[in-house]
Amino acid sequence: MFKNLPFFPEAASAQAGQVDAVFFFLVAVTAFFSVLIAALVTIFAIKYKRKHDDEIGEPIHGSLVLELLWTVIPFAITMVMFGWGAKVFFDLTRPPIGATEIYIVGKQWMWKAQHMGGMREINELHIPVGQPIKLIMGSEDVIHSFYIPAFRVKSDVIPGRYNTMWFTATKAGTYHLFCAEYCGTKHSGMIGSIIAMEPAAFEAWMGGGKAEDSPVAAGAKLFQDLACITCHRTGAQGRGPILTNVFGHEVELQGGAKVIADEAYVRESILNPQAKVVNGFQPVMPTFQGLVTEEQLLQLIAYVRSLSQPGAAPAAEGTNSATPPQGKN
Amino acid sequence: METLNYLNNGHGLASWLLTKDHKRIALLYLVSITAFFGLGGFFAMLIRLELLTPAGDLLTSETYNKVFTMHGVVMVFFFLIPSIPAVLGNFLVPIMIGAKDLAFPRINLLSWYIYVLGGLFTLTAALTGGVDTGWTFYTPYSTAAANSNVMTAALGIFITGFSSILTGLNFIVTIHRMRAPGMTWFRLPLFIWSHYATSLVMILGTPVIAITVLMVAAERALHLGIFDPALGGDPVLFQHLFWFYSHPAVYIMILPAMGVISELVQTFSRKNIFGYSFVAFSSLAIAVVGFLVWGHHLFVAGQSTYAGLLFSLLSFVVAIPSAIKVFNWSATMYKGSVSWQSPMLYAIGFIGLFTIGGLTGVMLATMGIDIHVHDTYFVVAHFHYIMVGGAIMGYMGGLHYWWPKMTGRLYNEPAAKTAAFLIFIGFNLTFFPQFVAGYLGMPRRYHAYPPEMQVWNVMSSAGASILAIGYALPLFYLLWSLYRGAAAGADPWGAKGLEWEIPSPPPTENFGTTPIITHGTHQYAPSKEVGIV
Amino acid sequence: MSDAHAEHYPGPLHSPPVKIGGEGPAHGHEDGHVHHPKLQHHFDDMAQQAEASTLGMWVFLVTEIMFFGGLFTAYLVYRAHSPEAFQEASAHLSIGWGGFNTAVLIFSSLTMALAVRAAQTSESAKTQVTWIAITMFLGLVFLGVKGIEYTEKFRDHIVPGPYFDASRWEHPAGVEMFYSLYFCMTGLHALHMIIGLGIMTWLAIKAWQRSFNADYYTPVEVAGLYWHFVDIVWIFLFPLLYLIGRHYHHG
Repeated sequence: MFKNLPFFPEAASAQAGQVDAVFFFLVAVTAFFSVLIAALVTIFAIKYKRKHDDEIGEPIHGSLVLELLWTVIPFAITMVMFGWGAKVFFDLTRPPIGATEIYIVGKQWMWKAQHMGGMREINELHIPVGQPIKLIMGSEDVIHSFYIPAFRVKSDVIPGRYNTMWFTATKAGTYHLFCAEYCGTKHSGMIGSIIAMEPAAFEAWMGGGKAEDSPVAAGAKLFQDLACITCHRTGAQGRGPILTNVFGHEVELQGGAKVIADEAYVRESILNPQAKVVNGFQPVMPTFQGLVTEEQLLQLIAYVRSLSQPGAAPAAEGTNSATPPQGKN
Repeated sequence: METLNYLNNGHGLASWLLTKDHKRIALLYLVSITAFFGLGGFFAMLIRLELLTPAGDLLTSETYNKVFTMHGVVMVFFFLIPSIPAVLGNFLVPIMIGAKDLAFPRINLLSWYIYVLGGLFTLTAALTGGVDTGWTFYTPYSTAAANSNVMTAALGIFITGFSSILTGLNFIVTIHRMRAPGMTWFRLPLFIWSHYATSLVMILGTPVIAITVLMVAAERALHLGIFDPALGGDPVLFQHLFWFYSHPAVYIMILPAMGVISELVQTFSRKNIFGYSFVAFSSLAIAVVGFLVWGHHLFVAGQSTYAGLLFSLLSFVVAIPSAIKVFNWSATMYKGSVSWQSPMLYAIGFIGLFTIGGLTGVMLATMGIDIHVHDTYFVVAHFHYIMVGGAIMGYMGGLHYWWPKMTGRLYNEPAAKTAAFLIFIGFNLTFFPQFVAGYLGMPRRYHAYPPEMQVWNVMSSAGASILAIGYALPLFYLLWSLYRGAAAGADPWGAKGLEWEIPSPPPTENFGTTPIITHGTHQYAPSKEVGIV
Repeated sequence: MSDAHAEHYPGPLHSPPVKIGGEGPAHGHEDGHVHHPKLQHHFDDMAQQAEASTLGMWVFLVTEIMFFGGLFTAYLVYRAHSPEAFQEASAHLSIGWGGFNTAVLIFSSLTMALAVRAAQTSESAKTQVTWIAITMFLGLVFLGVKGIEYTEKFRDHIVPGPYFDASRWEHPAGVEMFYSLYFCMTGLHALHMIIGLGIMTWLAIKAWQRSFNADYYTPVEVAGLYWHFVDIVWIFLFPLLYLIGRHYHHG
């Protein structure tokens, strides 16, 4: 619309259309009933305006038919809203298989992004158009929220767990990134840009960056530096389970329970190793709470993940490690 | 020679500060609530002034964060939650049921003192550095990271919660046990039904926020780590506990206002309510179902989708009884004798604005939409439509309606109409643009915002200045009426109800002899003289 | 607009005068009606007043259930999250002290009920005060035992916070969480006990002044309800905190 009077946000993702559609439906229903009630009330106020001091109204007590009508019809309309909204929600929260993963760490008051190819960004996120992107997000301190209005997506970023969200950009351009959960002094400064690029331009950008360790390589290095390798190898007298082909598969714990080894499981095992001890092993692993940052945790996870064979089932997108893998076909 | 009434029955500060008369206690609350409204309004003014420009140039970020926190804390806990029940409810509940006072007059006075004490704690928190956590106190920011007076504010809220609990307790026992002979449940005024429903929410919900803020205070003071992820604590557990109260709390704020509207619509249409039982039961339904929807504040927190679905579904269900009420109020006006006196202007305004507020709430219940608008100005606009366009309109309407009864004076009607008009215009100009800004993506609690959002913010601030004038006017003409207003007489509106059968202002013991009830209120049948005998 | 016709309510508004000890003769008024001196004037009669008081206490107890409910919720959530840690922590609590305290409180509820009964049946002030005093004594015993338990925890660095000794536990994070909740829940309960003792003190004084008999014993009944409630909260706390680690094996 007018350049300086934006009325409606740009729609730059494959998801935006769905969200706007259900929104317009609700706007229409809201407008209809608001106008209806406002009109009725105004008309009645005028038409039945008191003409003399002793006038009273007609003693009408009610009508069961009307009560049922204006209970059932709104209920039916709200159920349509519910179903439609739920469907959109399902689509927005279930990333497709094969989505490109990017790690996000939020901390007061900045966003850090880590591409799997090694590129790191602060307060910016470059992505290719037309490719589903899945963000795996953690916080170093308090609750934040990663919000891209142009894509109509948002997810809280919570310390102690991973939340994921996904989107597919449909238009090249630069879009607002906001933190949407109050997080202290510079909450309104915790903003940035999502830069969607045509695939060729994106490749160029990725290639032109500083050659940094990919998260997998960084994680492998940490695995050595933090001495994980001491126990998690063959010939270690069974001190720790070998981690090849663990990620993405079921693990049997002491006591018989089974969990899927996903991001949350690996993270917990590093920070609170006694919580889920693998069957057949002793609870001798020390905790690394306070010894690794959120980013380093993501790098270690990337490394452990790389030890699984190619073509293995992807991790569950939920943060509850008991959730079985989900994917959209 | 003045007749003896509750106002002149005993003079001096002690007779007021140690009163057991529910009517005097109502006035004590009126004064303190008005003071807090002024304070909350002052904070609102600072917010809207800052947001005139995209840059954060009026206040520092720290100060701004404290200002919006205090605006929320003061308005929610010290104005909205007590307002109608503590002022109008305290005054009217005994009278409307034919009793001499509430069941526990001394506990009623204690309620007020607890409220004042909690208020003093919170004021202290504000004056000695402020709180900057937002009124929602999310962990771990509030327990671990915030450097402000979280403890003092949390304790203030904890203390004030007991005021609410005791008021609710008093109302429940009173309504159950002290109705006059013949005052059966289905002859009760709808104002009583809504206060009964509100009281249920007060007693069941408030203790949960009390223990929750206590846990936050304990965690800060003793470094316990109940919500600390490093100890396996879950910051989202706080959100569940917090919203388990704070969602029903919004029904504490709106149900009494709905009760007021039911009374106003009947009196100013000179017609009994359309669908009495439906409106009465809707109040109860809202109170009950309102306890089951708190999770709709956590759709983007990463919780189970299936839990989210359930909360979304129930959030739609809870909207239905409110819709029923709106239709019934509208139908009451049909073939009524509609007066345009100022209380009715507030009632009509309420019906329209509450409809918009409620339907935008339904938008938020729609999970797919909520992802986009959660934590944006869309939510801010929604709840202000309900709280200001709804609850405060109800409070103002009720205050005007019962002002002659409480004071024995009539206020200046043209001034009142002007104020109502300014409030309506100012309100819509303030908050409608916020829907637009919110969908555009402007997040809440933002000190600075992208320049393209400025026009909507300027509109909103302009509206706020009109709204401020609208709210200031009643202060003047209502106070003026105390000195120069015409004497009101028992029934200045031509209304029906026990309160209109007794003098204005009422005598201390309300009724000379206990009334005997033979039918419900608001019977305006022309053919026979029906009074409440 | 119609006039208000208020008729006189047929029948006496107040109960007939009763013979009561201690507080003097029945309370008379100018218009000749008499009533129990303890009748507050906004009530019609003693029966209404008593019903209102007991209903008020029941409603208050419902709020107390909700108040403790928040802590029980936190407990349930975290126990589901780390069951082994909670068992390890619970195994360390003394089931002897806990069981003893449970017996003490249950017995104190009995003596409280007997105090109510004594008032209800117009027993002598001495009898009433004796039952109240025994109840109070048992409450003090309970608090004394909790004092012993708390002292042990402080000494052994089991109190959560900066001085918590993580090294002696297999599941330090979960154990610390358990004890955070343990102190909050039993602490809140103990606070309610202390308030209860305050109420009992007042009650004992009033009973000594011969305030309570068959015609007026509402305060005793209402205090009794409160005391029973505090007892019942402990009945829930004890198994959840003390008894879940019975089969915990280290290593």
